[in-house]
Amino acid sequence: MSAISSGSVSGGGERSRAHVSATAWKRWWRPAGEGLVENRPFLDFLTHAVLILGVAVIAFPVYVTFVASTVTAEDVLAAPMSLIPGPHLVDNYREALLRGAGNSAAGAGKMMFNSLVTALVIAIGKIAISLLSAFAVVYFRFPGRMFCFWMIFVTLMLPVEVRILPTYKVISDLAMLDTYTGLTLPLIASATATFLFRQFFLTIPDELAEAARIDGAGPMRFFWDVVVPMSKTSMAALFVIQFIYGWNQYLWPLIVTTPAAARRRSSGTW
Amino acid sequence: MEKRVVFRSPWLPYLLVAPQLAITIVFFFWPASQALLQSLQQQDPFGISVEFVGLDNFRALFTDEHYLASFKVTTIFSVLVATIGMSVSLLLAVFADRALRFSGIYKTLLIWPYAVAHAVAGVLWLFLFNPTLGIVAHWMRRAGIDWDPVLNGNDAMTLVVVAAVWNQISYNFLFFLAGLQSIPKSLIEAAAIDGAGPGRRFWTIVLPLLSPTTFFLLVVNVVYAFFNTFAIIDTATSGGPGQATEILVYKVYKDGFKALDLGSSAAQSVVLMAIVIGLTIVQFRYIERKVQY
Repeated sequence: MSAISSGSVSGGGERSRAHVSATAWKRWWRPAGEGLVENRPFLDFLTHAVLILGVAVIAFPVYVTFVASTVTAEDVLAAPMSLIPGPHLVDNYREALLRGAGNSAAGAGKMMFNSLVTALVIAIGKIAISLLSAFAVVYFRFPGRMFCFWMIFVTLMLPVEVRILPTYKVISDLAMLDTYTGLTLPLIASATATFLFRQFFLTIPDELAEAARIDGAGPMRFFWDVVVPMSKTSMAALFVIQFIYGWNQYLWPLIVTTPAAARRRSSGTW
Repeated sequence: MEKRVVFRSPWLPYLLVAPQLAITIVFFFWPASQALLQSLQQQDPFGISVEFVGLDNFRALFTDEHYLASFKVTTIFSVLVATIGMSVSLLLAVFADRALRFSGIYKTLLIWPYAVAHAVAGVLWLFLFNPTLGIVAHWMRRAGIDWDPVLNGNDAMTLVVVAAVWNQISYNFLFFLAGLQSIPKSLIEAAAIDGAGPGRRFWTIVLPLLSPTTFFLLVVNVVYAFFNTFAIIDTATSGGPGQATEILVYKVYKDGFKALDLGSSAAQSVVLMAIVIGLTIVQFRYIERKVQY
């Protein structure tokens, strides 16, 4: 019974969510200011001028780097380098990905693999443990509940950067230097994700939990069959954010790994 | 807000919060307390002797001109990053919201620097502005501008500010855009009927209604400039030349890992924690109050 009810609920949710994302997509590609159309040619001109300038400035560094990646090292060093792509694109990328450049032993391919593993572990780990702890905080009454919540929440105030040295010492005491565990585990705790899931769970109608209880479903059954399917959208959004967070980590991998081979791509660019 | 319907179990909730709490305690509270303890101690670089010195580390810190200089650098850096970053993004958001044609293309092209890692952003801009091989540096020299971020502190600061702003623009842009789209169209139409031009409508209606977004972004940008720009600074200038771009976080790293002055590094960590806690409290007090207008 609970499987049926949860199925229909998540089905309905899916439809409305698909609808919402479709309108969001349309809204993104269509102008928002449809209601008020004024005839102001100068302002229209200014609008496009500013936007084109903005896009150009924002795209410029990446374009130049792309061009530099298609020519030989000599062409780059001959200042000013030309702004037209050269013929060496494939060679350069093959070399960078497989052999590595300069004095770093590993190719960018290996580094990207490291980055991928760490970012995936961080993103999935964060979502998993935050989902569980938010579920506990919202759906149970137990002594120390608010204390747990605040303990998790306070960590928002302590980014890795402000406590690097002591955290490094903890990792080194636990013999986790140069391991994927040491690289990922300290970054997995997430106040943001817990808070977001808590807010989301609070909007799940009480009737669902009631129905599940009447049908004789235990808390974990309710969690798997109702809460998890309903949280899919939040999980997807969080996954993207946390993946980027994990991928962009720089200081922590720099400190916690020593050999160049274990360095992640972000810190390996230099 | 509380749930009416809850489950009962004497042990399950503890099991569920256990992983999160374990990681939090081992990697957050334990190191933080260590930092607090260490900041009150003086340790030699080899870790052989430890002496309790009370608040001496803090006293030394706040009389150290290098630390005060780093404070000043951080302040200038975060003010520049926050104001320039937010004004440019607001400008772009207002125009992107107004554009009738190609708005989707503009928006898409404006948000993607968010996906570029901070470290990579530092390298990209250094590549453009490097005095020997940078193409922009070359243009500037040709235009008669004396430009050398390797030797001139102000140029170096400009370089890291530009890189940091560039990396953060898309984030600010998205939030401003969402804020602009949530402003009721009827208000703007009413003002237009009353004869207010676009500029006037922006200053008297749009900007005040955007203030919760602006305030939120202000805090986020300051936190970003304080902590997340480490990678940009490290790749672009390494805190140099001299101390010109050495922000507080960079100094913690340098003093702790390069100079091995553990007591001072821990004391700096504690000062930084105090700053973050202060910022977070400000954020929550004001956002809770101001977000509903």
